[in-house]
Amino acid sequence: MPPSDGKVLVLPAPADRCPFDPPSAYQQAAAAASVTRTELWDGSICWLVTGHDEVRTVLGDQRFSAEPHRPGFPFLTPGRRQVVVDNPVFLRMDDPDHARLRRMLTGDFLVKRVEEQRPAIQRIVDETLDRMVAGGSPADLVTEFALPVPSLVICELLGVPYANHEHFQQLSRTLLDTSKSELEVGTAQRELRSYLTELAEHKRREPADDILSRLANREDLSPRETAASALLLLVAGHETTANMTALSTLALLRAPEQAARLRSGETTAKAAVEELLRYLSIVQIGVPRAAIEDLTLGGTRIRAGEGVLCMLSTANRDDEVFPDGDELDLDRDARRHLAFGFGVHQCLGQPLARAELQIALRTLFLRLPGLRLAVDEAELTYRTTMVVHGVDSLPVAW
Amino acid sequence: MLVTVDRGRCCSSGQCVLTAPTVFDQSDEDGLVEVLQPTPPAYLAPDVRLAATLCPGRAITVT
Ligand code: SF4
Repeated sequence: MPPSDGKVLVLPAPADRCPFDPPSAYQQAAAAASVTRTELWDGSICWLVTGHDEVRTVLGDQRFSAEPHRPGFPFLTPGRRQVVVDNPVFLRMDDPDHARLRRMLTGDFLVKRVEEQRPAIQRIVDETLDRMVAGGSPADLVTEFALPVPSLVICELLGVPYANHEHFQQLSRTLLDTSKSELEVGTAQRELRSYLTELAEHKRREPADDILSRLANREDLSPRETAASALLLLVAGHETTANMTALSTLALLRAPEQAARLRSGETTAKAAVEELLRYLSIVQIGVPRAAIEDLTLGGTRIRAGEGVLCMLSTANRDDEVFPDGDELDLDRDARRHLAFGFGVHQCLGQPLARAELQIALRTLFLRLPGLRLAVDEAELTYRTTMVVHGVDSLPVAW
Repeated sequence: MLVTVDRGRCCSSGQCVLTAPTVFDQSDEDGLVEVLQPTPPAYLAPDVRLAATLCPGRAITVT
């Protein structure tokens, strides 16, 4: 198939549909072809990859590079370019550099290691919910539950004092906001990095049983690499799961019969979370790659030096893989979703994210059977400029 | 059914362990895949095939 009609789509597209659905611009592109041409803010041309199969191919193929200095690598905004270029993080390296740095962390996120942490996660969830309930109904689920749970978990694991949470939560929000300028993003990134570098210095002198102490004491890791890895874990560890928790709660409140099945145990929390991951696909901007060889993808010729953006959200709605993909159906088998990406960069923390979401959602709906929205749904506002999609606040009553 | 893995391609995502826990394990120190049952019984075939599909490193081969 030839590339689409040459129509230009400017990114990032505004969220203009149901808050759970990918922007209509992406859906139209997906309906036209699984690979379409698009134009970015700087006038550069790149390929929007929207089909399930094609996204898997790109992310699983080393002929597409994750390194931002490659010709054609697409940047969604000047701020994104700033984040990406100034941060030596393994997410944006190819193997063997990527594998060297990632493998220093894989031991902490083994499925069995995370399973051992379930009682500790349950305790954090219970205590956070206790505090929210004690504060009285209504409450903002985002600030009282969805954000504190993953922040507490990652702080403990990483060895970052939770007492500083307001500081780093605000900085990481700036980092992920596509509406912020290069200057704002650059400043936030430097501040976060120097905070973590100082903390790592301290852990070198007084090591504790946490990831940062282990990284800080490795001979084969520079202080800059240590800070970059810690920054990735800190930002990814709380923003993603927090937004997933809040949006999932809202989705379940809108589907009471499905929420009832989760409460009764008819639908397992495990299955429910996979479907919510698929349906919500909170990483809504494209995952960037640069082609380093000429190749054909979904019938389209892509040349070395051209950029591609992999749209996880449309891939996860691909009807060929997920019939009636626009419907939330907790009982479907959603395990082939790409919410954590695919290929060697697939989310390192996914076993932890899954455990947190399963425990948090199940506990929330079991303990508060009367949980409901405390405002009109039309009043809710969404994080439309964020790299990770979410709801700004979610006032609930019980 | 014979299950083989290429540990050089494994990125320790743990999808295999989640999908077919009696067939796959992850090594303690680096999380690289280990095969517990190279010739699993037939009733496990769907899980094992799904694990191979889900493996982000394409490290699992089922023949
Ligand atoms: S699913 Fe693949 S990459 Fe992930 S641990 Fe298993 S073999 Fe390794």
